[in-house]
Amino acid sequence: MSLLLLLIPLIAAGFVLVARPSNGRQIALLFTLANLALTAYVVMAFQSGGGEALAFRTPWVPNAGISFSLSLDGISLLLVVLTNLLAPIIVLSSFGRTYEHENRYYGMVLMMLGALNGVFMAEDGLLFYVFYELALIPIYFICAIWGGQDRIRVTLKFFIYTFIGSLFMLMSLIYVYLQTGDPLAGNDVIRHSFLWRDLVAVPLSPSTAWWVMLGFFVAFAVKMPIFPFHTWQPDTYTTAPTGGTMLLSGIMLKMGVYGVIRWMVPLAPEAMHTLVPTFMTLAVVGIVYASIIAVKQSDFKRLIAYSSIAHVGLIAAGVFAWNKTGVQGSLIQMFNHGINVVGLFFVADLIERRLGTRSLADMGGIAKSAPRLATLFMIIMLGAVAVPLTNGFPGEFLLLNGIWNYNAWMGAVAGLTIIFGAVYMLRAYGLAMFGEPNEATAQFADLDTRELTILGVLAFLVLVLGFFPQTILGLTDQSVNAILGAVQI
Amino acid sequence: MNTLVPFIPFLPLIGFIINGLFGKQLSKNAVGLIGSGTLLGSLILSVACFNQIGASGPIQVNLYQFLAVDGLNVGFGFLVDQLSVWMMLIITGVGFLIHVYSVGYMHDDDGFYKFFAYLNLFVFSMLLLVMGDNFMMLFFGWEGVGLCSYLLIGFWYENRSYGEAARKAFIMNRIGDLGLLLGMFLIYQTFGSLNYAEIFAKLPLIRVEPGVITAICMLLFVGAMGKSAQIPLYTWLPDAMAGPTPVSALIHAATMVTAGVYLVARCNGLYAMSHEASEFIAIIGLTTSIVAALIGLRQNDIKKVLAYSTVSQLGLMFLALGMGAYTTAIFHVTTHAFFKALLFLAAGSVIHGMGGEQDIRNMGGLRKAMPITFWVFLIGTFAISGFPFLSGFFSKDEIFAYTYAHGGIIWWALGALSATLTAVYMSRLLYVTFFGDFRGTHEQEHHLHESPLVMTAPLMVLAVLSVVGGLLNLPHFMGLGEGEWLAHWFGGNGLNNMPVVPMNPLHLEESLEWGLMAITTVLALIVLLGSYFIYQRSKNLPVADEAQVGLSKLFAHKFYVDEIYNFLFVRSTEKLSKLLHYYVDVWALDGLVNGVGKGVQSVGAQFRKLQNGNIEYYLIGMVAGAILLVLTMFL
Repeated sequence: MSLLLLLIPLIAAGFVLVARPSNGRQIALLFTLANLALTAYVVMAFQSGGGEALAFRTPWVPNAGISFSLSLDGISLLLVVLTNLLAPIIVLSSFGRTYEHENRYYGMVLMMLGALNGVFMAEDGLLFYVFYELALIPIYFICAIWGGQDRIRVTLKFFIYTFIGSLFMLMSLIYVYLQTGDPLAGNDVIRHSFLWRDLVAVPLSPSTAWWVMLGFFVAFAVKMPIFPFHTWQPDTYTTAPTGGTMLLSGIMLKMGVYGVIRWMVPLAPEAMHTLVPTFMTLAVVGIVYASIIAVKQSDFKRLIAYSSIAHVGLIAAGVFAWNKTGVQGSLIQMFNHGINVVGLFFVADLIERRLGTRSLADMGGIAKSAPRLATLFMIIMLGAVAVPLTNGFPGEFLLLNGIWNYNAWMGAVAGLTIIFGAVYMLRAYGLAMFGEPNEATAQFADLDTRELTILGVLAFLVLVLGFFPQTILGLTDQSVNAILGAVQI
Repeated sequence: MNTLVPFIPFLPLIGFIINGLFGKQLSKNAVGLIGSGTLLGSLILSVACFNQIGASGPIQVNLYQFLAVDGLNVGFGFLVDQLSVWMMLIITGVGFLIHVYSVGYMHDDDGFYKFFAYLNLFVFSMLLLVMGDNFMMLFFGWEGVGLCSYLLIGFWYENRSYGEAARKAFIMNRIGDLGLLLGMFLIYQTFGSLNYAEIFAKLPLIRVEPGVITAICMLLFVGAMGKSAQIPLYTWLPDAMAGPTPVSALIHAATMVTAGVYLVARCNGLYAMSHEASEFIAIIGLTTSIVAALIGLRQNDIKKVLAYSTVSQLGLMFLALGMGAYTTAIFHVTTHAFFKALLFLAAGSVIHGMGGEQDIRNMGGLRKAMPITFWVFLIGTFAISGFPFLSGFFSKDEIFAYTYAHGGIIWWALGALSATLTAVYMSRLLYVTFFGDFRGTHEQEHHLHESPLVMTAPLMVLAVLSVVGGLLNLPHFMGLGEGEWLAHWFGGNGLNNMPVVPMNPLHLEESLEWGLMAITTVLALIVLLGSYFIYQRSKNLPVADEAQVGLSKLFAHKFYVDEIYNFLFVRSTEKLSKLLHYYVDVWALDGLVNGVGKGVQSVGAQFRKLQNGNIEYYLIGMVAGAILLVLTMFL
């Protein structure tokens, strides 16, 4: 079953890229919906206790102990659900733009989705790395071909930055891999293994663990990104076509957080005591730093980009705190941040399409001409501001509580996000929607059916998950216990 | 009854959903009917709860598990005890009257349906706040009312400054909310739960450093400062008057701003354990009360005067809380809800009649054209000023009696000063608005009319309540029956069979109590009468803002607090934002990254020169490498 989740988007990508059908976008949508339906089935199977039955394992390079192993625990499942839930929304949201070589665009998006599913399900370290890098290729082309001004330079920087980061991770992975197996065994048996449970079983001395963890950290810190490794992010988010920005912010950055939970900490827990204070400090500084910068941004997309750095800093800090509350908080917030940030970028895109500008100074009074947009944008904005009974709140509460449990002062500083979040989000909303309409915004057309569907679905999720967060928390509860139990720090 | 309890908040929520989704298609009458009708339903159910609690104790209902992580187990649950049902009666009762009034007041507004939808959403949030059985539920309501306040202050969003006022209110509230949130974390850390039942059961047994309890109390109080507009987080409330007047009456006078008082009263067990926190609350409350009253002396916008008056009265409530007089604070919440809602709605009636005018310098003599509004405004003014036997007289007197008993004469004298200032600015407002000659434009004079019955009927009901509200908690020494009904009600058994608010009898000589009461009363009467001569007989009018000098200027400019905050926090954050963006983010950090990239390129350019195709070069290199390798083996 897990193999199917991976193959559907990849096959669809191949079909759209090679056959170049005249209705590529519809085919892409159809396949993402099919994968969403399959995901729903997988969730049901998982909840009826069939987690292990969903796995797929086959040797890949048996001599080197590399296997093609996919499996799903609650944590993986949550991110797979996020990926496949956002997939049709991202595809549908791209319909508003006409791209040259459209089939290539949708093919790349599908390929990306396949790789992301692979990242979240891989049970083998090398397989994880392969998918991790595979995901980078389509997003590179999406940004470099269909992006905005200065896209080549910006995308190249993004590519090199994240790619170099990943190489450090590869070194760490290979190092731990070389420590696996029984050193006294003969040459004729397979010595090493990339399997997660074998890698986790390797005991490391604190000083080697320090290097191993640092290697992972560089990769994931760039990907998320964590302060001060974030400078590629605002440019890339702003320049990329909105579909690409949604992929990056909605799903791809979760690869980094997921990597920390699944790979970085379990493989080198011996270094937690020495490195976590630094990581926590960087994450918490990043929250406040990015929030303050977001306060005066005038480009709507760039503002969301900085707010995303702040939100991810909070999520990362919750993980580094490495207690149940923090990790559960980070998981539910990864899911909900995906919904909210995709909604916000979609709003930014539809305003840009109508007005031809992303500058908040050129907006104003849109609420008068577009009441539906005003309402749905408001709901999603409130989710981003983490107002209770929207989806943003439970995660923020748990994250801050988790950080507070680690260190009360850090919890208090991180808590500033609830003030700054309100400052920059309400400012953006107010500048765009309130006030007297100007010449351009007076003609602003309200949402069409397609846009209404997208924002309606997202706003619905914001409210439902706000009232019933336990549906998500329950999904990951056992798996978080398992991973916290397996890792002794 | 238990199955019906959830409907008390959910009825207004249903009203919000219907009016929010379909209000545009419905007629205004239908919208008004749904908005007010759902509230009437909640009111009736609240009365039913009230009866049942009196007979058989508090009601607890848990709907579903909201969140469960690692020992933190929070249900979407309700607790209806003596305290919450009392708040529910105020919210739904006064709320219902204000909904009815709004049918008339908002009749010509395009956003009629939206207004009722927001108002219902507010009532839903406020009911969650007081009905929740744990701190998380309280927090839902706490932030929910802040959100509704934001939506309603910015109701006329085409006006940018209204939108700014809304944003200011939300952000200042959020500063308080952070305190409340951290307080909740500390409570969970200390008690292992967020449920009232578990926390308050553990309270007598818990062994913690006293500093922890004080820290919890202070953090919760930071939340109360934001919501209840106390120094230093009070400046949003006067700006909140940008919203439609019924909103000011319901949210920014009668209910939401008293949430902080409810919070402290709910946690009275905690506050009773921390002398430091209680004293801090009393100091903040008293200071706020006096400062706001001083500013109120020199405001000329009818709603601004009432806004500062609200801040001042809230300060008195916190003074009572700090003195350990929790019941008294809720008593004043109750009477204040009556007379302040009355005053705001009457002010709304004036604004309605004057065609939107809010400056009292352009009014005058309105008592002839608007007799009902005039009489109810007069009752409200007398009630808030402590005119004998009106509701405010009793609740204020009780606050000052406790202040004297627990704080001493200085505290009492400062409280009495604040009360006297109340009478000064309120009588000024009354006489300048309703007496003398009309000073508005010709057009306004022509337009001037008494408001329709749908608006005046709620006014008359509130006027009656403002007169008789004092009966709820008559002082024992007056010999008017049993007395202190409310204190007995709150002293009843709540959770864990403990009193909701323990009885806290005064230990003062009866003659002393009479004496204290006499002094404040005589002061109020002198002011009420004296002002009549100043503003009515001598026709003194407030001068223009530019003509203010000295202390008056300081008061008129609100002690320049807004300007100071603007300079200290707003401007500096904005500057820091740009500084961090351009110098740290773009120049330093990104510059470093780009520098590394360029460095690698230039190093690459140097290395390229090595591959020059000259075989001799390669051979030399090879030999040198081999020698190095051999050397390293020996070393």
